[in-house]
Amino acid sequence: MLSKEQARFFFLGGTFVVSVVFLAMTWHSIVKEIPKQTHEENITPEVIAGKRLFDENNCMGCHTILGEGAYYAPELTKVYERKGEGYIKAVLMSPVAWRGAAQRKMVAYEMTEEEANNMVAFFKWVNEMDLNGFPPEPDESLQPD
Amino acid sequence: MRYKSQKVAYWFFALSMLLLTLQITYGFIMGFAHMGFDGLHDFIPFNAARATHNNLLVVWLLSGFMGAAYYIIPEESKHELISVKLAYVQLISLAVVGVTAIIGFHLNWWEGRKFLEIPRELDFLVVINVLLFLGLIIGTLYKGSQKTTTSLVLTMGLFFAAILYLPGMIWFDSQTLDSFFRWYVVHLWVEGVWELIMGGILAYLLIKLTGVDREVIEKWLYVIVGLTFLSGVLGTGHHYYYIGAPKYWLIVGGIFSALEPLAFLAMALFAINMYRKSGRSHPNKSALYWTIGSAVMSFVGAGLLGAAHTLPQVNLYTHGTLVTAMHGHLAFWGAYAMMVLAIISYALPNLTGRKLYDNAASMYAFWLSNIGMVCMTCAFAVAGIAQVYMERKIGLDFMQVQQEIEVHFFGLVLAATLFTIGICLFIYNFVKYGQPTDEALITDTEQGEVMA
Ligand code: HEM
Ligand SMILES: [Fe+2]
Repeated sequence: MLSKEQARFFFLGGTFVVSVVFLAMTWHSIVKEIPKQTHEENITPEVIAGKRLFDENNCMGCHTILGEGAYYAPELTKVYERKGEGYIKAVLMSPVAWRGAAQRKMVAYEMTEEEANNMVAFFKWVNEMDLNGFPPEPDESLQPD
Repeated sequence: MRYKSQKVAYWFFALSMLLLTLQITYGFIMGFAHMGFDGLHDFIPFNAARATHNNLLVVWLLSGFMGAAYYIIPEESKHELISVKLAYVQLISLAVVGVTAIIGFHLNWWEGRKFLEIPRELDFLVVINVLLFLGLIIGTLYKGSQKTTTSLVLTMGLFFAAILYLPGMIWFDSQTLDSFFRWYVVHLWVEGVWELIMGGILAYLLIKLTGVDREVIEKWLYVIVGLTFLSGVLGTGHHYYYIGAPKYWLIVGGIFSALEPLAFLAMALFAINMYRKSGRSHPNKSALYWTIGSAVMSFVGAGLLGAAHTLPQVNLYTHGTLVTAMHGHLAFWGAYAMMVLAIISYALPNLTGRKLYDNAASMYAFWLSNIGMVCMTCAFAVAGIAQVYMERKIGLDFMQVQQEIEVHFFGLVLAATLFTIGICLFIYNFVKYGQPTDEALITDTEQGEVMA
């Protein structure tokens, strides 16, 4: 039967090995692959300013982006493509709470033109990432003709 | 209770219960908002309710873990806490930081990083608080005459939980890198080091409640936490599938995270077997229910429901939908909430000298909250699966789909009401126990943990 010493060795040894592999993969991802897949060269000061606004207002507390966040308001990964620049700016600059089809209200952020442009830059950058196929295309066979 | 300083634990548990009540309140606000009743929107918008709900969960669980450590470590290491005064300072500062963060969320002072909404400035105070806590625990362990595996695993879990908070404090300009390291905190907490904490508390409770030989229990503890890390560390990859990270995570994350349920299965089998083996009956039935219940429910919520959407082919469709909320609720409940309620149920009679564990309220608390939570999970599951089909498969508009599934949130709120009644009964008992007293100090043989 397994002894306590062997069990401890299994725990410490196993943890050490997987941690080293995990750190090595992390390194490879962040140095080699993520810059390519996310077009890091396109992260302009406007994109960064947009991301800061996205964080400061906790947009993720209602929406998802890259599939992460809350499930109360629409996915924003492809919002640039789906709605376009004009619509996005209208929502963000609106002085009254924006309402979607489900009668849910958004907070009226009353952003300035510049802030709204930065948000659009951020969404455009996110829109162009290679996300390994996310979000999935709807099923052809289920479409009404 | 054998050491006077163990009484500190009581106040951490009390803080836990208070924050749990608040967490549930904010949960109802969100449930109603999903049903279309967002009357509070102007004062507490959904994102404020959500940040509050999530962070209260984390803080009440941490407060519960800290209370558990303050209760367990003196007894395991046979030494009073090195400073009771500093432990109270730590308690109060924890409460102050927590409350400040929550108030901040309502004033738009936060960071939109799911689970890590606490602003970086406050994070530094969190770090100082946790360092003080660790200093007290490790100091006591060091001075004590006995260093058990149980106390080492528990302390290791708490120590690495603190270390892993740090990657969440780095600034990134890239959304992908931000996310990548956010999971270093969140995933490696709940599917890694928190399981050490859970395992440590579980081992302690099983030793006390079943009377099975410590050597046997602690051997299996090593095996379980070994399985946890073997699968869970590389399992982090299941959060890297679709956020702009390379494709190899689909393979590595898929395989290793699919193995994660093994650790939870081992935990459940271990708890049940030790209980069977005991052949003794400890009088504190409610502690036993919560302990075994936690081991079983964590397997269902974290193991089975986690595995249900962890393969990349499935996750492509479920990622970012209510399916995630389904799993999140039962996993946190089973593994961590129930374990905190287990240690509270065990410790309270010993701290206060009153024995309220076999009254009807304590059993109703267990069953109603568990049945309520399982029903909530089902409501989330139905809503989530419907959302996946309509939004991802058919391609309907997000808001249109949300309107279709509003009705399931009615079911959710009903189930949550049942759950809340259970929790109210638990807290009612908690209050009835009264405060800890030195009269409850007892010697080894009197505590009744090894009763024939
Ligand atoms: C006690 C342990 C666990 C807890 C407390 C827990 C909790 C959570 C929570 C709260 C989320 C949601 C994060 C978010 O909304 O962004 C999540 C996501 C996830 N969990 Fe777990 N979990 C646990 C164990 C597991 C296990 C063992 C597995 C796999 C077998 C698993 C698989 C997943 C997956 C695949 C996601 C990602 C969903 C997505 O974003 O697409 N979890 N977990
Ligand atoms: Fe995970």
